[in-house]
Amino acid sequence: MGGIKTSGKKPDQMAALKAGGHPELKLTTHNQAMPLQNISISITSKTYPAAGQSGQKQAIADFQLTLKADEYVCLVGPSGCGKTTLLNIIAGLDTAYDGAISAGQGAKVPKIGYVFQNPRLLPWRTVRENLELVLDKNQSPAELDGLIAAMQLTASQHVYPERLSLGMSRRVAILRAFAINPDLLLMDEPFVSLDAPTARQARELLLKLWEQRQHTVLFVTHDLREAITLADRLIFLSPAPMRIVQDIVVPIPRTERQDEAAIENFRLGLKVNCPELNALL
Amino acid sequence: MKIPKSALTLLSPLVFLLLWQLASAYANSPALPTPSAVALIVWQAMLTGELGYHLGVTLLRLLASFSIAMPLGSAIGIILGRNKALDAFFDNWLIIFLNIPALVTIILCYVWFGLAESAAILAVVINKLPNVVVTLREGARALDQDLLDMAQSYRFSIRKQLVHVIWPQLHPFIMSATRSGLALTWKIILIVELLGRSNGIGYQLHLFFQMFDVASILAYTIAFVTVIQALEWAVLKPLERNQTKWRR
Repeated sequence: MGGIKTSGKKPDQMAALKAGGHPELKLTTHNQAMPLQNISISITSKTYPAAGQSGQKQAIADFQLTLKADEYVCLVGPSGCGKTTLLNIIAGLDTAYDGAISAGQGAKVPKIGYVFQNPRLLPWRTVRENLELVLDKNQSPAELDGLIAAMQLTASQHVYPERLSLGMSRRVAILRAFAINPDLLLMDEPFVSLDAPTARQARELLLKLWEQRQHTVLFVTHDLREAITLADRLIFLSPAPMRIVQDIVVPIPRTERQDEAAIENFRLGLKVNCPELNALL
Repeated sequence: MKIPKSALTLLSPLVFLLLWQLASAYANSPALPTPSAVALIVWQAMLTGELGYHLGVTLLRLLASFSIAMPLGSAIGIILGRNKALDAFFDNWLIIFLNIPALVTIILCYVWFGLAESAAILAVVINKLPNVVVTLREGARALDQDLLDMAQSYRFSIRKQLVHVIWPQLHPFIMSATRSGLALTWKIILIVELLGRSNGIGYQLHLFFQMFDVASILAYTIAFVTVIQALEWAVLKPLERNQTKWRR
């Protein structure tokens, strides 16, 4: 497997080749009326002023990625390579770039649920109020009950966020992103700085929720094991200016993702088969 | 021996009154009347309605100037806090207005706009405004960008952002501007009344000064301070408690 030039063949075609299969759209239960749609991200250039006075620093160069509907994609790359910048661009928080983000045939702007690196809950609103605030006008607050139960937060829904542990706050933040039924879920290292058991529990709850609701996910992490456990597809990124180095499908069935040996095997296999990744891991 | 806190709060005004009583007994002069003499004047002035009238007029002026200066100053402060270019431009103006003595604005307002009620209110507003602007500008600068980004990415409406994201962060600054504002405003109003009005506490104090009636001066002062303190306890404190209940 060689490095992928992001121009030329589309990454998703390459992914299909590597998997040796046909990662067709999942036709499993999908509870939304919305048609399944791909989301395409194309950033030709993103620069920001260099720390010194002169010139611009290139943060992202020629980044092309298409996310298939309901696909779970993990971005893996060294810290500081521009992953958060990328998510902020996709979320519309950063508009100073060249390129376009679009969903489906038209140039519709996708509805985005963003899980930030820190939970970013409003401290002066209770957990439940925080969640109700993001709902659309046509959504009923009762919709939240199931989600809150799924994330095991029923008992804490009426407390203020300062009372929550970090792990619980993170779960609320994930819940908030799911609550709006997004076209795309962005998650920026949502389990960083949690202890291992708490992170594992949060990961399991997240997967359970994702399997029920099925959303397209773009998940940033620098933890390869976590990425393999969660993702349909891994995108390896270079240090800044950020490019896609590798695009690899994870063939491990969802039912076997709890098996740590399988995860570890795949990780070691990656290291052997793709030596160019070692510098990044 | 440990004295409970409630006993201390009760004890402190009694000690103050006792010291006052001793000092006035020692001085034995109309320049320092006893507490009981002052209390008697308060009572008499209340019965004639004179105290109530002048107190009411001053409080109305306080209310009028306050309800102009607070919203206006808050709006300007928030805009300057969020807009670097405007802030750079108006910063010098702000410093000038902060440093003009209250007396100068009052005199100029009376000279330019006549000895009218509107000129009096305007003078108070001009004195109060820069303080509100500066405090709220700090508040607007300190807004948490993470939460603003969150609100933007979840497409909060402007109203939702103001009520749920921005207001709770500005609230401590507004309370602080209100507190310091209240104290500043009523002191300025007294000067405004002294210089160009024919009613209000300031006007009365001016009269008493001409007659060297220290007992009446103290009586009006005590009445007014009591009202302001009552405002603090009845309005400001409960407002603050209500807004900070989310804190641990």
